[in-house]
Amino acid sequence: MATYKSIRYNTPVSNGGSRVLLAETTASSSATVSFTSGIDSTYKEYLFTFTSVHPATDDVKLTFQGNAAGESGFNETITSAMFRSQLDEGDSDSNLLYNAAADQAQGTAFQQLSDNGLGNGNDESMSGYLSLFNPSSTTFVKHFMGRNNMYQKDSYTNDNFLTGYFNTTSAIDEIQFKMSSGNIDAGTFKLYGVN
Amino acid sequence: MATYSAIAHNFTPPSATTSAQIGAGAMTLIKTVTASDSSDISFVHGSSDVVFDSTYKTYLFKFISLHLSSDTYLSLLGRDGGSNFDATKTSSYFRVEHTEDDSSTGFTIKTNLDVAQATGETKLSGNTSDDNDNAYSGELYVFNPSSTTFIKHYFGQINVISGADALEAGYFAGYFNHTAALDGIKITVGTGNIASGTIKMYGIA
Repeated sequence: MATYKSIRYNTPVSNGGSRVLLAETTASSSATVSFTSGIDSTYKEYLFTFTSVHPATDDVKLTFQGNAAGESGFNETITSAMFRSQLDEGDSDSNLLYNAAADQAQGTAFQQLSDNGLGNGNDESMSGYLSLFNPSSTTFVKHFMGRNNMYQKDSYTNDNFLTGYFNTTSAIDEIQFKMSSGNIDAGTFKLYGVN
Repeated sequence: MATYSAIAHNFTPPSATTSAQIGAGAMTLIKTVTASDSSDISFVHGSSDVVFDSTYKTYLFKFISLHLSSDTYLSLLGRDGGSNFDATKTSSYFRVEHTEDDSSTGFTIKTNLDVAQATGETKLSGNTSDDNDNAYSGELYVFNPSSTTFIKHYFGQINVISGADALEAGYFAGYFNHTAALDGIKITVGTGNIASGTIKMYGIA
């Protein structure tokens, strides 16, 4: 006779919506972290989270880019904006600003998720999320928005807000993360589909 | 012997039973509305399977590729128990902007998009373009709408391309300034219709 224990794992229980984990990658001295499957028309929104991302090199930025379906290379056209607040641990320097050094205007470079550099001290890292809307659309541009907190080298907290769009009507089906220089020493990256 | 169907209804399924769902968070899809030349989209408790009461403390609305039929704006209205969407709101708004030709950027408070004790529409954007590839995407959080003690906070972000081919990312936050329960939300436009797009409503436990 089937027991409760055996039955519960044979029952496709849905939690009625919510985020569904599609992929998870743990970086380990990784040059890149790529999500090359699972981004399609199944979901209207995809959510990337990155946790305790630690760079191999000091003073570098975590970046991302997309690749359109059927194309090669992470080099889609991006228009973006970035602002952030920061405060040093000595409580002597704080500010809020838009930093044009971190934005793109129809650029095809990897998009920075911060304007300042992430520290690579043993306990230094960044964590946050990036939402991508309707990437499978072949009609509209694809908006993205995200927020992260980062340990800036020189002992600052940075509250980074990044937003923009892939200015293409081609579907985006791949996303890649990498550091502006050096490897991603450690960190967990997850891709969710949002029902 | 107990059958599958009998057993299935004798326990409350856990919200997450697979590794793919563990840690996913208790975010429950309540309603999906697809616009089709719609003058507005409403979510009213008790109507069309919408739950917007004390079931959840937080509600989240996702705006996905809302394409407008005119060069106009998107706006928000609330309902505080009556039949009219006339709930009083006070909110602020700031926006980051960046033109595609890199000629300008902006990071400013938009006082023309804020409201102080307004019962009418609260704009979620300025006038934008109805270019074929342009559409709004973003989100709106509403906190504790069923409270009859406190005001009801909300905040969100919405992205769109302006008529000047610039990214406009609006960040808005405020509150419905009444102690009656908030039981409805309406998204509407200045003129014309929401030609296409999707709004999803979630409850967050």
